[in-house]
Amino acid sequence: MNIDVSGPKKMLTWLSAEGEELFSISESVVTGWVVVLILSIVCYILGRNLEMVPTTKRQCAAEFIVKTVNNMIESNMNKDCVKAYAPFIAALFSYILLGSLISLTGLRSVTADISVTGSLALMVFVMITYTKLKYQGLKNYLLSFVNPLNLISEVANPVAMALRLFGNVSAGMIIGIILYAALGSASGAVYGLLGFGAEEYYFNIFQIGLPAVLSIYFDLFSGVIQSYVFIMLTMAYIYMGRE
Amino acid sequence: MENNEALLNAQGMVLAGQAIGAGLAMIAGIGPGIGEGYAVGKTIETIGRQPECKGSVTPTMFIGCAVAETTGIYGLFVAIILLFANPFLKFLGT
Repeated sequence: MNIDVSGPKKMLTWLSAEGEELFSISESVVTGWVVVLILSIVCYILGRNLEMVPTTKRQCAAEFIVKTVNNMIESNMNKDCVKAYAPFIAALFSYILLGSLISLTGLRSVTADISVTGSLALMVFVMITYTKLKYQGLKNYLLSFVNPLNLISEVANPVAMALRLFGNVSAGMIIGIILYAALGSASGAVYGLLGFGAEEYYFNIFQIGLPAVLSIYFDLFSGVIQSYVFIMLTMAYIYMGRE
Repeated sequence: MENNEALLNAQGMVLAGQAIGAGLAMIAGIGPGIGEGYAVGKTIETIGRQPECKGSVTPTMFIGCAVAETTGIYGLFVAIILLFANPFLKFLGT
């Protein structure tokens, strides 16, 4: 039974003339390109040939998506925020959702990498700080750090957001790997008991079915809930920054 | 030869300590478990009393659950690092 849990692999590596590694592109970045490509194609298909009165199913779907995001922002923030933040929130949500769900195709989840979730949380942090500076002014922003505990909570927010998303998605991935290894060794043991010998030549019969049931929770449910939670917290923090 | 054996023993000690530490780190799962159970129980109580507020209460519950889960995720994070990244083996100086 070998359990191989590792971070994202290096897909491309640039070497200097002496053979030293200059920089490399990881698996998450390449999968992220795939996600961006899929989203761009979907956006292009949904967004072309729009009419004033929708006649095609395509445009109805596009309007439904936009309306859902707008309603969500309107109920969690207020009506003025819709124009300013809807593109940001929708892009964040679709990237995280598709990045988590892409593990269903066998690729590695984009969000099972701490650098991806960290950079997403950093983007949100920049957005929150910008909002605070814009609506409260520099003086009030600096005055809020008179109590040094505020500094900790300011830093803890993006760290918690990054770790929450990363922890949930990667925990699902690791549990999947461990379950596959355990079921493989269990079916090998059954073959050994039946006296077939040389267990690695047989098909691992227990690996059928059960991982798929677990995948419904860890890939589908957890991915959707965590991306929803991420944007809800983003909206809550930005709205708090406006007051 | 003797030195090699001592090193192997030390590595075994470190690995055993990491395994025990990972198990202890997952005790952090108790808190979120109780907290989320309490939150979901209260939500169901509310929905039972006022079924029409289900639409607004359920998303709030999920948000609360996800936030309450964070401390458990920290524990899981520590356990994953201890199990798969072997952070303490490098202090043996091999």
